[in-house]
Amino acid sequence: MTTIFDMPIAILGLQILIGLQNGAFYALLSLGLAVIFGMMNVINFAHGAQYMLGAFLAYILLSWLGLGYWWALLLVPLLVGIFGLAVERLFLRHLYHLDHLYGLLLTFGLVLIVEGVMVDMFGASGLPYSKPDLLQGAERIPLSWVTGNERDIMMMPVYRLWVIAASIVVCLIVWFAIEKTRLGSYLRAATENPTLVRAFGINVPIMVMLTYGFGVALAGFAGVLAAGLQAVTPHMGSSLIIVVFAVVVIGGMGSIMGSILTGFVLGLIEAVVKIAYPEATNIVIFVIMICVLLVRPAGLFGREA
Amino acid sequence: MPEPAILIDVNDLSAFYGESHVLHGVSLTIRAGEVVTLLGRNGAGKTTTLKSIMGIVRQRQGSIKINGLETVGLPSNRIARLGVAFCPEERGIFSSLSVEENLLLPPIIQPGGLGLDDLFTLFPNIRERLSTRQGTRLSGGEQQMLAIARVLRTGARILMLDEPTEGLAPVIVEQIGEAILALKARGFTIVLVEQNFHFASGLADRNYVMEDGVIVEMVAREEVREKAGLLQEYLGV
Repeated sequence: MTTIFDMPIAILGLQILIGLQNGAFYALLSLGLAVIFGMMNVINFAHGAQYMLGAFLAYILLSWLGLGYWWALLLVPLLVGIFGLAVERLFLRHLYHLDHLYGLLLTFGLVLIVEGVMVDMFGASGLPYSKPDLLQGAERIPLSWVTGNERDIMMMPVYRLWVIAASIVVCLIVWFAIEKTRLGSYLRAATENPTLVRAFGINVPIMVMLTYGFGVALAGFAGVLAAGLQAVTPHMGSSLIIVVFAVVVIGGMGSIMGSILTGFVLGLIEAVVKIAYPEATNIVIFVIMICVLLVRPAGLFGREA
Repeated sequence: MPEPAILIDVNDLSAFYGESHVLHGVSLTIRAGEVVTLLGRNGAGKTTTLKSIMGIVRQRQGSIKINGLETVGLPSNRIARLGVAFCPEERGIFSSLSVEENLLLPPIIQPGGLGLDDLFTLFPNIRERLSTRQGTRLSGGEQQMLAIARVLRTGARILMLDEPTEGLAPVIVEQIGEAILALKARGFTIVLVEQNFHFASGLADRNYVMEDGVIVEMVAREEVREKAGLLQEYLGV
């Protein structure tokens, strides 16, 4: 078998795939955060909890109502999005004229409440979620066309491939909707100058509410994807969201495509570091964040304020 | 000949920014098809008056009737739907939108707006710059024309222009003046805030002079010459 860094190429390929799959989650979640921050100036700390809620709702739909994965992909983002609309309407709306810190504190409080309720209802140990048959198992991918060695065969888990593909498709749809459509031009304009957009006759407060609901729905969607990969636990969001915030800081808030690319590239970098120097895997993103902050405080794709 | 209908009827309007009381009982009327200016020194309350009519300044007392409908208390998106359009002093061109997106941004609120061909006849420069990726890459004059052009599409019949000539070269000022006269000829009603009295008096049917948040004088077109001294006193520095 061919090896790189003393590692069989098949294992290497799998690490890269896992890196891309992590990147898929970074991209989906940082995209939602960037859209929400751009429009509302709210640092949505509850994003991780909303992602966790998505995974739990997928579990609940299956175990209580017998509705499977594909139904969950459709319904859960809607339900989590509606939860988001309620949060905006009841709480966040009253904080827009205040400093960012208040939105952060409020959403942080929400995290504690939502996680607490879920621990109380379901326990902290984690629940299994079964993914559909179609996405079970692994594909045999021959690598001989790369290495020339017939024994180099890689097993690609179908579900991980699906996560990457689904994330790319959703991210591109969001990018298109924001950058290329009329609704998207309202959104970009209202991000810059909500007062003037409102004076053109557009109901900006409703748009802000829907934007928050939409960003939160993206987190719910990511949660359903995650349910098929790992045990569903009340704390699955808080461990991920810290990394996602670092991704957002690195990418900068200004650009939709920037958030998407940064998410995937950082997932890949993490994978490469895991292969080359595993000890640094958990800190590499934060090291990059510090370097980026020193050189470009607004992030790689962000606009200077 | 009967006088044209009153489109905007402001009565005893007070407006506030937080704690500070900016307008102290402003009353004015704008009739259909008129060009009316608000003149006065910096800080006299001209922009605040426009923004209060538009609903951008929300803390208002008194009465603002547009087409007979009381609008104090309505948000600006509802007021815009009554056919009122606003061009801010800073022009408000969006940098994250292309020139074309900027032009097409304001939604159509009623039929009767100008078509793109009419807009390009009025402001030929815009057609050439349509594909510019960032609206804010345009020159100041082009941005001003774009800011006016984009609200003409929407079917709004009342235009409120806040210092459209500020900081622009004389040749551009002249072009904007011609555009305003062309719009008047098309039946638009125009409220103009201006520092440039010479520019304004050439266009206006009537001029309101503001000082310290109240209207101190109304000068009709035919009185401008005879009241020149008085105007000089109010506006001169």
